[in-house]
Amino acid sequence: MTVFIAKRFGFMILTMIIVSLLLFLLLEYSPGSVATKVLGPYSSEEQRQLWLEAHGYMQPIYVRYFDWLFNFATGDFGESVRFKVPVADVLWSRLANTAILGGFVFAIMIPLSLTLGVLAGMREGSKLDRTISVTSIVTTSLPEFASAVLLSAIFVFGLGLLPGTSGMSRGWNIQEMILPTMVLVLYDFGYVARMTRASMAEVMTTHYIRTAILKGLPYKTVIMKHALRNAMIAPFTVIMLQINWLLSGVIVVEYFFAYKGFGALLLEASLNQDIFMIEACAMIAVFVAVVTQTLADIGYTYLNPRIRFS
Amino acid sequence: MNDASASTGTGTRPILDIRDLCISYFTRAGEIPAVVDFSLKLAPGESVGLVGESGCGKSTVAMAIMRYLGTNGGIVGGSIEFDGRDLTTMAEEDLRRIRGSEIAMIYQEPMAALNPSMRIGRQLMEVPLFHENVSEAEAEKRAIAMLEDVNLPDAERVMEAYPHQISGGQQQRVVIAMALLSNPKLLLLDEPTTALDVTVEAGIVELIADISKKFGTSMLYISHNLGLILETCDRVCVMYSGEVVEEGTVNEVFDRMRHPYTHGLFNAIPLPTADKNSRPLVAIRGQLPLPHQRPPGCFFGPRCDFFVEGRCDAQPIPMTGMTSPTHRVRCIRWEEIDWDNYAPDRKEREPHPPGEIVLQVEAMRKYYPVHDDSLLAIFRGDTTRQVKANESLSFSARKQETVAIVGESGCGKSTFAKVLTGLETATDGKIIFGNTDIGQIAVGDRTEGQLSSLQMVFQNPNDTLNPSQTVGSQIARVIRKFGVESDPDKIHDRVMRLLDLVKLPRDFALRRPRQLSGGQKQRIGIARAFAGNPSMVIADEPVSALDVSVQAAVTDLLMDIQEEFGTTLLFISHDLSVVRYLADRIVVMYLGQIMERGSTDEVFSPPYHPYTEALLSAVPIADTRVEKKRIVLEGQLPSVLNPPKGCPFHTRCPRKIGAICENERPPVHDVSDQHKIACHIPLDELKAVEPVFRLASDAPSAA
Repeated sequence: MTVFIAKRFGFMILTMIIVSLLLFLLLEYSPGSVATKVLGPYSSEEQRQLWLEAHGYMQPIYVRYFDWLFNFATGDFGESVRFKVPVADVLWSRLANTAILGGFVFAIMIPLSLTLGVLAGMREGSKLDRTISVTSIVTTSLPEFASAVLLSAIFVFGLGLLPGTSGMSRGWNIQEMILPTMVLVLYDFGYVARMTRASMAEVMTTHYIRTAILKGLPYKTVIMKHALRNAMIAPFTVIMLQINWLLSGVIVVEYFFAYKGFGALLLEASLNQDIFMIEACAMIAVFVAVVTQTLADIGYTYLNPRIRFS
Repeated sequence: MNDASASTGTGTRPILDIRDLCISYFTRAGEIPAVVDFSLKLAPGESVGLVGESGCGKSTVAMAIMRYLGTNGGIVGGSIEFDGRDLTTMAEEDLRRIRGSEIAMIYQEPMAALNPSMRIGRQLMEVPLFHENVSEAEAEKRAIAMLEDVNLPDAERVMEAYPHQISGGQQQRVVIAMALLSNPKLLLLDEPTTALDVTVEAGIVELIADISKKFGTSMLYISHNLGLILETCDRVCVMYSGEVVEEGTVNEVFDRMRHPYTHGLFNAIPLPTADKNSRPLVAIRGQLPLPHQRPPGCFFGPRCDFFVEGRCDAQPIPMTGMTSPTHRVRCIRWEEIDWDNYAPDRKEREPHPPGEIVLQVEAMRKYYPVHDDSLLAIFRGDTTRQVKANESLSFSARKQETVAIVGESGCGKSTFAKVLTGLETATDGKIIFGNTDIGQIAVGDRTEGQLSSLQMVFQNPNDTLNPSQTVGSQIARVIRKFGVESDPDKIHDRVMRLLDLVKLPRDFALRRPRQLSGGQKQRIGIARAFAGNPSMVIADEPVSALDVSVQAAVTDLLMDIQEEFGTTLLFISHDLSVVRYLADRIVVMYLGQIMERGSTDEVFSPPYHPYTEALLSAVPIADTRVEKKRIVLEGQLPSVLNPPKGCPFHTRCPRKIGAICENERPPVHDVSDQHKIACHIPLDELKAVEPVFRLASDAPSAA
């Protein structure tokens, strides 16, 4: 087990290094253009040359890479071209905002989709199963921008209950969190619920569930003690993948509600060729992806003793 | 034991009383009657066997007793009275209290029956916890005590283990312990040993017999294996197509059977009295009818030699009592048929002398490297270990000869087949086939000739045929690949002839595998193997996935084709009854090594290797006249990763003589020219051993 975890972590670090190298080469292996990006199209050739020298671009590539990596590791991401402040100053607060939104979505969506998935899967073909299945297909098929418009039309313009934007211009306000959370939950819960349902339905047909029932256990115990844990093995990986998606896949929702999150920042940085910001955002996104997958692998072995003790 | 059955008609109330039970499944195609008319009385302490081929409804009956028929199955008529209460109308909550406490079940596949992510201790403790409201500590104590009762050593360790950490035999003992924990009145056993190795099976059968004595539990034992029923039951019900066709005490049904189907079954199984040349098996012709295609009158009519039009198909056939109060049969002609002078149409064969040597295996070894990633191994710097799957195998096979390789799972017989076919290459030694050493030639490097002359028939016909192509095109592809023919017309012609060869209608060429039955698929598998005129065919358990009556037909077919083409057959099997019937010579393997080899007669009679002796003793035989020595092997099959030093069998050997067995490789005794035994015991001592089987009295039937 220790070897397994050590291996997973080693693999995680290796992935990070490879990605950082790719990213570095991709974005910086054109010194001229970096200077242009930073100084703007109207800078003179001399200015660019001076900037490149001042920022160490005349050194060999590997020295620059290690410098860059070292700076990165110590939290110095460089200066944002667009915001004219250190990247870190903007990045962390945006990341925090997205984490809050993601946390809300997660806290509602996971219990909801697991409950619905288990309820549907435990009696395959029942009315409840069909209702849940159809609902989750419909909500998942509805794109975020469409449901955002729809929900805004109802709650903002129709009922006037909720604010239409979530810019938090007058400080953090829970009311402004409601609509983005709703849109994301609506879009994503069906996916996880359907995965859970399929897995649960499969587990319910296994012989060990038959054994549990014919042992005379109450139905509740059969579900809670015998079926649930086995049914969680397959959706677990999918659930962990949702964390990635909530970090960088929610651009549409953040943009729609003017929520100052990580996804919106990434979009803004890309549109403005804010090179150091893009690097930082990309590295953060990769870091989160790799960490969640490592956790998923470890959690998976916990759920599945056949892997743990093989 | 047999007098318990007499009580069914008299005083004591039966523990289980099933009357006129009808069970149907409801599908989109309509109602499918799985069981049409089933009645059974089971007295306290009695064990009744339920035999029949797959699809006859025997498992459905067991599930109906548990009232567990899935969402689309239901009891449509009759009653199941258990201890005076009707189970068919019982409320779900009352049913739950009976399940697992008064009626318990033992399943076919123990690995699947246990929850993979729950410790065994917890799964056992649930039974007393939920049925008797005992404390955790008490439940644990009982679980450990019960594990000891089912002869599991190291019960505390087993309690902490997950199911995949123990062997198949141990898993089945856990399932049995789970069933017995609440001291049930009725035990349902659904093919409890079918998934286990034969020596493990012997141990489980012995345990089950002990249980019925010790706890006085009534048992309903479901099996397709008549030999097992004989060893475990007092009475037996033979089922065919959803109904009982014959019932009676074991002696009545086994010695004085009256139904043509029961007769057919006994003629189809390889009893010790059968002989492939002088007394070959007789398959039951035709197929089991699907539930919605049952003929009017007697369901067995279309397959029966005694069918009389107008009588047998006139009206439903009732069960009729006979001279004995316990023996009943569902046949209106039972009094007319003269079984004593009935001889089924047997096709006798001429024994053939063996030809020249086709295959010569010399000191062949196959080792697999295995990587060990544990911290300890890394620390030691020793992360690769060798699995010795085959250790210096030497034997030969001649033209038109059938050589059987027998042994339990993990003995290396399938590895040998892989090396032979080139899926793996040998680590050392020679495999000379047709003047070439093919041991080092992987399948991709073999010539067309080498490939086509050495073909294989696989175990499970359902998995070996491509489901999306017609069987004709699959055979044609082999013919083209091997360059037998290239002209489309000639290929077609050859496909047709191959279908004739395996006795299938020619229009089957256009069918897809799913439109074929298991036996028909295996015939296609045989046609495919013989498409390139092989000189040698490896048959890896070719009939073990098939039903008894189909087995006989497929075995017969294999022998016919072998005779016609003079093919050498390498028959890999764990089923010694089939091997005894089919093989000319036998190689007995244990943990990758040859323990004994010789002609079939030599291997089946003393002197035996102690392992062969145990294997023979473990085979259940469906003949009341055969007396058997009982040898049940103790202990587990050792891991191939860490095989015992000295003689590999010494850890389980009942005849171990001492330290020499643990330390030194056994010498090979040359009993005769071709009969070799690898054992430390002196040959004279081995020769003095009693035979495992003895026919009780009447010599004439032993012919």
